[in-house]
Amino acid sequence: MPILLPGAEQTPLNAEQHRTAQQLIVGLSPEQLAWFAGYMTAQIVNNSTLPVNDLTIAEKHDAQITILVGSQTGNSSALALQIQTLANKRSLNAVIQHMEDYPLTQLKSAQFVLVIVSTYGEGEPPDNAKELYEQLLSKRAPSLNQTHFAVLALGDSSYEFFCKTGADFDQRLAELGATRILPRVDCDVDYEASAEAWMEDVLNALSSRLGAGAQQSAISAVPVFKTTASSYSRKNPFSAPLLEKIILNGRGSIKETYHIELSLENSGLSYAPGDALGVYPSNAPKLVDALLQALHFSSAEAVVIDAKQRAIGDALLHHYEITTITRPMLQKYATLAKLEALHQLLDDGHKEAFNVYCYGRDIIDLVTDFSVRHISPQAFVDCLRKQSPRLYSIASSLKRHPDEVHLTVAAVRYETYGRRRKGVASTFLADSVDENHPVPVYIHHNNNFKLPNDPAAPIIMIGSGTSIAPFRAFIEEREAMGATGKNWLFFGDQHFTTDFLYQTEWQRYLKKGVLTRMDVAFSRDQEQKIYVQQRMQERAKELYAWLENGATVYVCGDEKRMAQDVHTALQTIVAAESGNKDSAAYLTLLQKQKRYQRDVY
Amino acid sequence: MTEATQEQLNQRVPVERIKDASNYLRGTLVASLQDPITGALAEDDTQLSKYHGIYQQDDRDLRDERRKQKLEPHYQFLVRIRVPGGVCTPSQRLTIDRLANQYCNHTIRLTTRQAFQFHGILKRHLKSTIADINATLLDTIAACGDVNRNVMCTPNPEQSRLHAEVYETACKINQHLTPNTTAYHEIWLDNTLVASNKPDEEPIYGKHYLPRKFKIAVAIPPNNDVDIFANDLGFIAIAEADRLVGFNVTVGGGLSITHGEPETYPRLADVIGYCPKDQVLKVAEEIVKIQRDFGDRTNRKHARLKYTLDDRGIEWFKTELNQRLGCSLEAPKVFAFTSTGDSYGWVAGLDNTWSYTLFIENGRIADTENYRLMSALRAIAEIHSGDFRLTANQNLIIAQVSDAQKAAIDGLLQQYGLVKANQHSVLRRNSMACVAFPTCGLAMAESERYLPTLLDKLEPIINAAGLENEPIVLRMTGCPNGCARSVLGEIGFIGKAPGKYNLYLGANFTGQRLNKLYRENINEAQILAELTPIIQRYAKERQADERFGDFVIRTGYVNAVTAGKDFHA
Repeated sequence: MPILLPGAEQTPLNAEQHRTAQQLIVGLSPEQLAWFAGYMTAQIVNNSTLPVNDLTIAEKHDAQITILVGSQTGNSSALALQIQTLANKRSLNAVIQHMEDYPLTQLKSAQFVLVIVSTYGEGEPPDNAKELYEQLLSKRAPSLNQTHFAVLALGDSSYEFFCKTGADFDQRLAELGATRILPRVDCDVDYEASAEAWMEDVLNALSSRLGAGAQQSAISAVPVFKTTASSYSRKNPFSAPLLEKIILNGRGSIKETYHIELSLENSGLSYAPGDALGVYPSNAPKLVDALLQALHFSSAEAVVIDAKQRAIGDALLHHYEITTITRPMLQKYATLAKLEALHQLLDDGHKEAFNVYCYGRDIIDLVTDFSVRHISPQAFVDCLRKQSPRLYSIASSLKRHPDEVHLTVAAVRYETYGRRRKGVASTFLADSVDENHPVPVYIHHNNNFKLPNDPAAPIIMIGSGTSIAPFRAFIEEREAMGATGKNWLFFGDQHFTTDFLYQTEWQRYLKKGVLTRMDVAFSRDQEQKIYVQQRMQERAKELYAWLENGATVYVCGDEKRMAQDVHTALQTIVAAESGNKDSAAYLTLLQKQKRYQRDVY
Repeated sequence: MTEATQEQLNQRVPVERIKDASNYLRGTLVASLQDPITGALAEDDTQLSKYHGIYQQDDRDLRDERRKQKLEPHYQFLVRIRVPGGVCTPSQRLTIDRLANQYCNHTIRLTTRQAFQFHGILKRHLKSTIADINATLLDTIAACGDVNRNVMCTPNPEQSRLHAEVYETACKINQHLTPNTTAYHEIWLDNTLVASNKPDEEPIYGKHYLPRKFKIAVAIPPNNDVDIFANDLGFIAIAEADRLVGFNVTVGGGLSITHGEPETYPRLADVIGYCPKDQVLKVAEEIVKIQRDFGDRTNRKHARLKYTLDDRGIEWFKTELNQRLGCSLEAPKVFAFTSTGDSYGWVAGLDNTWSYTLFIENGRIADTENYRLMSALRAIAEIHSGDFRLTANQNLIIAQVSDAQKAAIDGLLQQYGLVKANQHSVLRRNSMACVAFPTCGLAMAESERYLPTLLDKLEPIINAAGLENEPIVLRMTGCPNGCARSVLGEIGFIGKAPGKYNLYLGANFTGQRLNKLYRENINEAQILAELTPIIQRYAKERQADERFGDFVIRTGYVNAVTAGKDFHA
């Protein structure tokens, strides 16, 4: 697939230069292009005082600012790159350190540490941050009197332990004697604005401490060119037309899993297996109508969002999240409502009551249960979070499907408190997207879930339900590359007959030998439920042999219900087969070697 | 057969290669059953499974839909249970009922060859199903495949003592010709003890079994309900003073044909002689062996005994048989058949018992909202102390009912509305359809799902002509393989394509003459348009006791078929 430059007006090139450059690029192989890009960038960086945008500095000496990142899905990593670029622009010397590669002892000598870390599940740190997190919170942690720090915490306020990891880092660093540069900032899923504000504040503070024009960074390695040919991004999503939508579940299934194919033609977007697709959903029109009715608003009433005036109907449809009740949302609403019952719910002493109330209820229930008279449309939308994109693991390889991206999406539908509920993004894709309604998307790179560089290396993939998606991408990629490494897939779902997602594709791969082996667990086909981890246990000997032969293990799925059990199974298998009791260390080592990668949610 | 010819055969005929390599019907069935990635068997094993009574099928209604869903076809299995002579106990009947609801599609099919048939079994349930069938002392081995299949026998409940004797003979033949291989027990019953050190042997079949399927029936005149002449081998019971003395022997029947291949034809069996009852097993075995040695293994469409006979001549066959027997068959005894149908309702037997013959449309036992046939038969089986008999017309006889139990069983028949079934039109009660869509892989057109609708439209025509009490044998199959013996229908339909049938006319009422193609590839409107004037004319112009099948020949709609080879003439 030839790489296309964005239109001339989107580049610093004039029309003539644009044409020449495009001609040159089309004629180059990917290897030639990579060399060219790297070489030119290195020349510029080494010989020029021009500010360097979009560059990741691979390694630096004498870094004064350490950006310490713990990232599960890649948002924190992206923010780290962003603040590093901003720091470089201010001639501040900043280096990115990923938590899994960062020894705790090094913190002692770090002068300025900017922690960017996310929280997922029930207040847990990202996989690659776990070790550092545990060490930091343990008694072994050193005194950090010399260190200054600031924490940017990422999370999702619909979870009880919102931004807990960031808060723990913040508290513990202070306990250990480090000096807080700024109060911690907690970002919700619509994190851009607050993250950017934090960056601005923290860099201002650092600039004043370190002095403007602090020494230019010294570069010792060829930088990695870190740009894509696309002008589309999280901030500027691409409207991807729908190519195909198929229900993968056979008749009689209680599941509703969609295979969705979108076109990326002319977007310039590219991705690698393991990456995710960010999708901006619109809300269900019926829910918007119900909400308007409950609030006694007419859909045409105006509200102002980001200095732009919009009809509230439109705002609720496209710009705000109108389902999940979050604590901040409830706080703002309670202030408007001036209802004692609501304030009580928010009281620290009634956390359980708050959780009980929110469980299974949405904003529509809140405004019905605690209706407020004479609330203004503006005041209401100001309570809400901005609509945030949802990430879906990409189910395709560009090598096999040029200009396409495929998703595997389970439509979430259920009923609580007498109301039928719909998962926002999944039912947006299932119900609203059609040939005439494209999907606003962007690529979310995830460097923590990538095929091994060595095409001969064996891989073991473990997924259930829709978490099969990235493995379809992996196998497509490996087949297209002619990779010789062995591939072993574990898959689980409810019923063999109706829920064996992509069954005929796996059968083809097995027949061709692309897939070396496949083990399946269908939980509800027999009286006793069987899950993938049981299949792993049954194949313990062979599985361990694969690990010993350098296999990388990939786990994709629900943290609580699946990834945890798979982790335990791996521990048991390693302990039993190696005779080594410290199977945790074995897995930790695998994780460090990037041979145990997880894409969990 | 020399090694070299076997090799050539293996190259030419896949099924012969598969049998040759199967190690007495084992193949890779065990591995196939364990493969969790597919609901199907390995391709070669789908041939071998037939010898174990199992056909791989898929729901053809869903085939295209599932392909788009990236799902393999909805593979499922037909399991055919041998019921020699069609007789089973209430407890066996209850087991079949339970299995149908536990592992199958909640229905039971009574077949035209007196077997129970399950549909819709998933691969992972096959083993349990087969094991439970065997635990109730029925089996599925040799229910299909190139071997002798379920041996049929007129269930005749009236002549109880004669039936008992003849039935016993049918069971003995069935047992005698059951394959010897221990593969069945190993694969399905985890029973390796039988075989441990002894190599398998097939003294009758040999390791390549027969060139093609082989069917045997035993008839008790005057009933030809088993359609004896449609079978490769038949025994017509000859009695003296209500005591069995021996059998007339019939050979060379077979109905299946292939559309567009006139070298394939249906053929009715010839009566070649008479044997005393104690010779029956020997006669059956030698005839099977002749077919084993002389049947055409190079062409499966020319491999039935009927072609061996026509190719070599009936005299050659008799000579070969007499040689092998070491004596000659006697001249056939006189016999007469009056009907191929069943008599419905209560009948008294000679031994002071009663029996009730129940019409079951197309042999399908199921519960529907308005007709809870399955539940009713379960309730009856729970109190019945006699036996059940499956008829060759896909109906069911509740037999050996004592005077004391008759009222209770009759009560259940009333309670569940089963008596209504026997009030169906005479036309319907003399009709049969094969399974066809959605499960049968061979079907070209609907049959079981369509025939009731077609009958709905034919009944008013029959009634308007005043023929509502006149039995006419009407049969439909979705393909030309003949499961419902459509070429023996006075009116026969064979599916050509969805919604399109060949119409055949002129078989006789007693199953002793084939019908003939009358109209090709016609749809429902054309069927009704063609049949209406013939039916009307039959009502007006028929002679005394003249059957519909005879009438259409006399009045020139079709010529009588007197030999299978003339079927296409």
